[in-house]
Amino acid sequence: MTVAISPGSTSDRAPAKPALPPRAGISLKPEHYRDILDSRPDIGFVEVHAENYLVDGGPYHYYLNRIREDYALSIHGVGMNIGGEQPLDAAHLDRIAGLLERYQPACFSEHLAWTSHGGIYFNDLLPLNYDSEALQRVCEHIDQVQNRLQRQILLENPATYVEFGRSTMAEAEFIGEVVMRSGCGLLLDVNNVHVTCTNHNLDPDTYIRQLPLGQVGEIHLAGFSREQDADGATLLIDSHDAPVSEAVWTLYEDVLGRCGAKPTLIERDGNIPPLPTLHAEARHAESLLKACQEIEGS
Amino acid sequence: MTQHLFAAALLDPNRAAPSDIRTWNGSDPVRRFAVYRNNVIASLIEALADTFPVCRQLVGDDFFRAMALEFVRASPPSSPRMSDYGEEFPSFIERFTPAASVAYLADVARLERLRVDAYHAADNEPLDVTAAADCLADTAQLPLLRARLHPSAGLLRSRFAAVSIWAAHQGRGTMKSLKIDQPQQALVIRPSLDVEVVPLDLASWTFATALNRHETLGAALESTRQTHADFDVAQSLGLLLRAGLIIALQPGMEPS
Repeated sequence: MTVAISPGSTSDRAPAKPALPPRAGISLKPEHYRDILDSRPDIGFVEVHAENYLVDGGPYHYYLNRIREDYALSIHGVGMNIGGEQPLDAAHLDRIAGLLERYQPACFSEHLAWTSHGGIYFNDLLPLNYDSEALQRVCEHIDQVQNRLQRQILLENPATYVEFGRSTMAEAEFIGEVVMRSGCGLLLDVNNVHVTCTNHNLDPDTYIRQLPLGQVGEIHLAGFSREQDADGATLLIDSHDAPVSEAVWTLYEDVLGRCGAKPTLIERDGNIPPLPTLHAEARHAESLLKACQEIEGS
Repeated sequence: MTQHLFAAALLDPNRAAPSDIRTWNGSDPVRRFAVYRNNVIASLIEALADTFPVCRQLVGDDFFRAMALEFVRASPPSSPRMSDYGEEFPSFIERFTPAASVAYLADVARLERLRVDAYHAADNEPLDVTAAADCLADTAQLPLLRARLHPSAGLLRSRFAAVSIWAAHQGRGTMKSLKIDQPQQALVIRPSLDVEVVPLDLASWTFATALNRHETLGAALESTRQTHADFDVAQSLGLLLRAGLIIALQPGMEPS
């Protein structure tokens, strides 16, 4: 049974948290904890992976508590299994609720993907087929999550390497339906759009135009690596271990033109560069955000 | 049941890729499915490599990865809380025949696992030495006191010089000067932000282990003296207190 939550029906929720500012943020990595506290860079917000902070104590909480005092915080889940065929792990959802209670982040997001099956957690974002059964299931899972967390979540569009014969809907259309029915927002990962469109020979402009751009709450930018499929066609891997590519910056400018300035994360999970390098990418994003705001204001 | 077949094929290289997957250009989907297989396996091996860096140095990257691959396929994680992953890796290493010639490897893995557990354990304030001295001043009450141990504390006992082997990989001492077969013990603990590895003699280890079983100081002393007649309890308690092991000393406290 799907209990649809319309985007406006927030009266039974906790008071709205202050939103993320429409600025550029960075992934917060343990390698940078001290640097951030010492140098206090002018960064719009920081984002952490929820699952890394499901620990009882220690340096992760110590530093996040301190950094959180000075920076807006976004928490990004990677293990909720929203796209899973099996029921959500209620204990995991409870732990996430506890984490959000503790840190009161401006934003919580998750992925359109599955991560667990049959009691195994795969530590990867796995693809789902897009049909009415999957749509019903994903909406039910998002309802369950939003009701438990008492807040709207953002759902991230995936980067995928395969498609399914069973799919009856295009990915962007599926995402639009999920957002409309569940009342969740969209975390528009522009790198994922580039990767997915390259991998499945889709036109990124068409893909983006099909998305519910009015519901974008945050944007992700990241780098990818390049491989080839069995026929030599380019296969991009969403590796988060490289700077944002030129193609993705261009697509980002296009997205800003369509949906306005939105909080934008420079996402980095591997080959972590020194903080100033990451900050420089954030500054570049911020210059594009400013340009966008100037156009909006004129 | 799309995900059932997909999931089964991720960890089992002998299973075919799910028949339902498609590629826009008709290219062999196995190659694309392999990206997922590789992501899953590589990320889990990487998680183990992060937790067990000295084990990796001891056997070399290739050997470590081959060993970790077998573990990952046999014991994939059950929870998204990846800091817990690899609790059974030391026992797996102990049974892993190709590593049998590196008999101390499992104990070094136990030490590294205790360090990660301590790193993420609940925080607590160790009892300071002055406060402890006040508790210990009442000699009549003293044998009846029970200690509450720091939540990050872990005790290691090895038939090998696992503590020195680990320390040699932190720039403290060298492998060459070690007597590998020398049994060693340690307390692993994070009294504040940094995880400490405190070497213990066998008597102190026995005493701390008894405290960890919630024995009273009197009972712990008695059981330690059964095997270590000359055990110096004052010196040992001093060492354990300075290491931050004890967060409370109270008479008749319920085991927690």
